[in-house]
Amino acid sequence: MFDFKRLAMIAFVTCFAQPAAANHTDGDVKRGEQVFKKCRSCHKVGEGATNRVGPQLNGLYQRGAGSVEGFKYSASMLRAGADGLVWDHVSLDTYLENPKSLISKTRMNFRGLKDANDRADVMAFLRQFSDDPSDIPEAAPTRIGTDHAVDPEILALQGDPEYGEYLSSECVSCHQIDGADTGIPSITNWPIEDFVIAMHAYKDKKRVHPVMQMMAGRLSAEEIAGLAAYFEKVGQ
Amino acid sequence: MKLNRRNFIGSAAAVSATLSAPMVMAAAHGRPKVVVIGGGAGGATVARYLAKDSKGAIDVTLVEPTRSYYTCFFSNLYIGGFREFSSIGHTYGKLAADYGINVVHDWAIGVDRDAKTVTLAGGGTLPYDRLVLSPGIDFKDGAVPGWDVTAQQKMPHAYKAGSQTQLLKAQLEAMPQGGTFCMVAPPNPFRCPPGPYERVSMVAHHLKANNPTGKILIVDPKPKFSKQGLFQEGWANHYDGMIEWVGPDFGGDKVEVRPDMMEVVIDGEVTKVDVCNVIPAMKAGKIAEIAGVTNEAGWAPVHAATMASKADENIHVLGDSSHQGDMPKSGFAANSQAKVAAMAIRGALTGSKVFPAKFTNTCWSLIDTDDGIKVGASYEATGEKIAKTDGFISKTGEDAALRKATFEESIGWYDGITSDMFG
Repeated sequence: MFDFKRLAMIAFVTCFAQPAAANHTDGDVKRGEQVFKKCRSCHKVGEGATNRVGPQLNGLYQRGAGSVEGFKYSASMLRAGADGLVWDHVSLDTYLENPKSLISKTRMNFRGLKDANDRADVMAFLRQFSDDPSDIPEAAPTRIGTDHAVDPEILALQGDPEYGEYLSSECVSCHQIDGADTGIPSITNWPIEDFVIAMHAYKDKKRVHPVMQMMAGRLSAEEIAGLAAYFEKVGQ
Repeated sequence: MKLNRRNFIGSAAAVSATLSAPMVMAAAHGRPKVVVIGGGAGGATVARYLAKDSKGAIDVTLVEPTRSYYTCFFSNLYIGGFREFSSIGHTYGKLAADYGINVVHDWAIGVDRDAKTVTLAGGGTLPYDRLVLSPGIDFKDGAVPGWDVTAQQKMPHAYKAGSQTQLLKAQLEAMPQGGTFCMVAPPNPFRCPPGPYERVSMVAHHLKANNPTGKILIVDPKPKFSKQGLFQEGWANHYDGMIEWVGPDFGGDKVEVRPDMMEVVIDGEVTKVDVCNVIPAMKAGKIAEIAGVTNEAGWAPVHAATMASKADENIHVLGDSSHQGDMPKSGFAANSQAKVAAMAIRGALTGSKVFPAKFTNTCWSLIDTDDGIKVGASYEATGEKIAKTDGFISKTGEDAALRKATFEESIGWYDGITSDMFG
């Protein structure tokens, strides 16, 4: 089943990971048309658009996943649609960032748009071709943050820093304990909530890094809470 | 058995520790002693974690013959000209000064398991409550006909980093234009599965810039090798036509070398080469054999949850020397195992909490400038072995930005793991 709360959370995770790009959800239609060149060999949009290698993209917003008549979808995509996945700003943003992280066996052979601005722009472009462009992004004051839509039970867990310290020995094979961030990001002194949200985003394969998906994938919510508690204070 | 932090086995460990003596003795007769043999990714890490986490409650001695330790990981990047040799060298000053570890620069030549002592080449004797062996690898005698360690100046292995690595690089740089660099690759299992193929990539990188008509010949007893698809794609992209790989179908498993003649004989056919990098079949470092903890294949079987030898509960074996299950022999793996062992040893000697063992490994390789790839997995301890739980590998056809990010990640990892080893 798709957990739409989680999906919503990811949009915010993306935001806090790149606070400088806070306005990316507004999207630039003209630039989006340029970005869409990457998609055009498989997808048509606009008047008279037909299915090609990929389905036509008119009316994409608020369309159920896998629902264009006459197009042969992957079983994964059909299942997602049957489970209730609908294309809106949040689900598209997640899908476009890394298609296979959302629809594991999608036939769309595209590695994804890593740049949040690229995604926002191409979505702004595509939104023109939907009759009812609902779910336009929230206004700036509410769309950024870390307290949205994460299972409150997960956020409420009190992590054991001693356990976190033991578990951290796996993290510091790569991440430097002194907070240096060459090549590999710093993970020290994050607010607990940000840390927990980011780790669950990896665990749920919404954030894309394969090492981190693996590392987070086998950590329980309690273990993630322990790590967050330990790393928040380390070195202070 | 699935454990969580609420039913950790600290109390059980404390009981066994009392039975094997040191806890009570610790109070009356000084701190429990751990001797660590080998100052690489396994040994340096276990020594540092024992000293750090026991906060001085354990007396840690690290026995390592060299004062400057050169990491095998990233030594290929030195051969390719991407790193200075000095950048892969490390000393033990911080482990001694900041962590209070007794660092002894000497060879361990004997282990008396009954008396629980280690004999040093310099004549000293070190008593231990727990002994950790992390001696890396040695080469099997006669593995490549015509080659033994007396031939290593003419045909270097360069598979223990240091002067051998420098020698191989010097030979590569002196290779005549249009000459042939031959690598005799090792059979499984061996240290750093992608290592020989990363090395070939680095040699090719050097040749492309300095000796573009030079050739590389890989003679390999294995039908396939680590990250093969990724390497072969990269070789075709960057070094088209330069690298020839001869697998067992074409005699790669029937090789003999003649160091004095600089000849390689593949399935009876003689080839003249200019540089020959012979990486023979491997076994555990010699001290593991001396301690009597190795099996017929030459590796030391261990219990997955503690890295304790199956032959002696007071000896732990880490990294390349150990026979543990699914993990590859790598610096990353040794570092990961060291933390599990440190926790188990502390639990046994001081009664500290013991959490469930978790292991990880990632191996990055560089194919050419900014073209990095990786493979990795996570593991857990089962009753029989260290068992793989999940994994990933770079994909063929990845774009340049991702490959560059992967390479940069490996540089970050190098800084991370070397700080984790040496403080």
